[in-house]
Amino acid sequence: MNFKLKDIGPQLITVIAVVLVFGFFTYNAQINMESRGIDFGYGFLSQESSFDVQFSLIEYDGSHSYFRAYLVGLLNTILVSVIGIVIATILGVIVGVARLSPNYLINKFAAFYVEFFRNIPLLLQIFFWYFAALRALPLPQDAEAIFGVFFLTIKGLYVPAFIWENFNIFLYSIIAAIISIIVIRIHAKKLQETQGKQLPVFYISLGLIFILPLLSFLIGGVRLFFEIPVLKQLATTSFIYEGGVSLPPELIALTLSLSLYTATFIAECVRAGIQGVGKGQKEAAASIGLTPNQVLKLVIMPQALRIIIPPTTNQYLNLTKNSSLAAAIAYPDLVLVFAGTALMQTGKAIEIVSITMFTYLSLSISISILMNWYNKKIAIQEK
Amino acid sequence: MFKYLKQLTSLVAVVAVLFTFTTETMAAKKSKTLKNTQKKGFVRCGVSQGLPGFSNADAAGNWTGIDVDVCRAVAAAVLGDANKVKFTPLSAKERFTALTSGEIDILSRNTTWTLSRDADIGLTFVGVNFYDGQGFMVRKSSGITSTGQFKNGISACTNIGTTTELNMRDFFNSRGISYEPVAFEKADEVVAAYDAGRCDTYTTDKSGLAAQRTKMKNPDEHIVLPETISKEPLGPVVRQGDAVWEDIVRWSLNTMIEAEEYGITSANADSMKTSDNPQIKRLVGAEGEMGAAFGLDNEWNLRIIKQVGNYGESYKRNIADTGILPDRGPNQLWTKGGILYVPPAR
Repeated sequence: MNFKLKDIGPQLITVIAVVLVFGFFTYNAQINMESRGIDFGYGFLSQESSFDVQFSLIEYDGSHSYFRAYLVGLLNTILVSVIGIVIATILGVIVGVARLSPNYLINKFAAFYVEFFRNIPLLLQIFFWYFAALRALPLPQDAEAIFGVFFLTIKGLYVPAFIWENFNIFLYSIIAAIISIIVIRIHAKKLQETQGKQLPVFYISLGLIFILPLLSFLIGGVRLFFEIPVLKQLATTSFIYEGGVSLPPELIALTLSLSLYTATFIAECVRAGIQGVGKGQKEAAASIGLTPNQVLKLVIMPQALRIIIPPTTNQYLNLTKNSSLAAAIAYPDLVLVFAGTALMQTGKAIEIVSITMFTYLSLSISISILMNWYNKKIAIQEK
Repeated sequence: MFKYLKQLTSLVAVVAVLFTFTTETMAAKKSKTLKNTQKKGFVRCGVSQGLPGFSNADAAGNWTGIDVDVCRAVAAAVLGDANKVKFTPLSAKERFTALTSGEIDILSRNTTWTLSRDADIGLTFVGVNFYDGQGFMVRKSSGITSTGQFKNGISACTNIGTTTELNMRDFFNSRGISYEPVAFEKADEVVAAYDAGRCDTYTTDKSGLAAQRTKMKNPDEHIVLPETISKEPLGPVVRQGDAVWEDIVRWSLNTMIEAEEYGITSANADSMKTSDNPQIKRLVGAEGEMGAAFGLDNEWNLRIIKQVGNYGESYKRNIADTGILPDRGPNQLWTKGGILYVPPAR
């Protein structure tokens, strides 16, 4: 053991500086709060919140606790982030590939989309989709049914509710389908490695995922009914739809703007990834007789993904954090419900802001860990 | 003679100590906030982001409104010039943090005085400059003329971070009506969403409804329902822990209200100095020592009346003449059938 001061000195100084700075701020906050008669504590979390929230994934009303309100906000943030990430990824991949298309029209359209949406501030886009689209949508009584069952109105998108009989049998059939697909994939891989035979895995999977649930309907006693939204009059000119499920326009506007915005960045990541794979790879793959589909799936994508994943992780994190702009358009996310209403009602600024910061930190770190794990999995394995 | 020298010196010493002690307490009376304000040369005042009649900035950045006038009165009292105010527009969510963290020294932003706010968050309410109550606005075409006609499924637009959200829940719950609360961070967005048809009703303090109505695309299409569902005494707030500053703000507001009671206006304040009524003379600094306790001169109240005017003038200028609420309702003097009643300045 022979530590040299020169080696550990800078680290030591940094640690001491960080501790001192944090200590100073904590001490300062304590003194100030004491002199102004503000208590510090997390006891308020179990108190009755006594405010309602527009949209919640779990059962909640004002008689529940502030902690429950926190969960409502958190789940709403996760909901909008997950939907946003899925849509942004699908759209981003399509647009990214389209930008490399030899077709002039597709190529230019994709380029225009990327340049347009990534260069306008996100908050403005959220306002645009919310207020412009809101004004353009019809009032409930004027709404035309889409496919006879969907109603897109200024008060939200009303969709039929599913009412299941024997839902668990349907669920088992899907699980069975997924398990058999995995088994067949493993088998197909083995078959190819040992005998060079190729099974049409894609079509078999597609068939399984349809046929097994279908069987559950035919012989498993599963029934599905739809509860179609019905117009109800509240006053002379005010109507709503009852029955079915209603998606608030705030949720729709927020996911739309977040996905459209983030998809542009993901598209650029995808383009960079594909262009980052050497041209020789593609030509070599073609020369050994792989079809264009196989070239993309077996040669280009595995290499491109290694370039695409790390910057895309950043975009996922951005989308999650950007979802906090929801407060501007009344979508009850973590910031609006907890760092907004709950903070105002309790006045516990330091406690609530610290919880909120810690929550976003945890969300971001979870996404990072998940993406890093995936990145490691697809990295080149040195043998 | 020299025999008593020792006693004499100790007597002198005691007197000297007592004297320094008294001058010490006099200086200590001058509050820290007051000292800082006089050093900076302006009063730091938190107002709304734009509520006509209460605190609203014109295109040139001049703030007007009855909430603004409270800050101007304090500036006139402690700095001698009602224009020496720095206004900080705050959202409902930011307002208390801005005050407790010391970013502003007075919060005069249509803020409801409630027990939990007064007791919990390190604030002190100094008085009421507007008695308000929560109400509902609906479109005339809806045919709704009373809250009794509200039905299950009604959607209500409002602001977050206000007592409105809590009152709304109490109201709908007690009547067993299910409702959809749509809560925005800023008032402008609430109005825009309601105006677009997102909500069936818009709920906030009635004065706010009247003021925001003037901002709508077509104000005549909307009506405010007659029911009032809550008590909303609005008033200026200061930080806890500076009793002198608290008193200065409280009595600046009280001076405006009492001046109206005695008929002292910005126009006649100077001539009132020779009045026969000692109560009037005290209000214009011609009798008594009404400023010393605050560490101010004796004409602090005269300056308020001369530069800002009495409460009635402020109300007329900001709320009645702008067509927001021409009828003073409860915000009338107790002598004229209202509930404005302040302790005497003596």
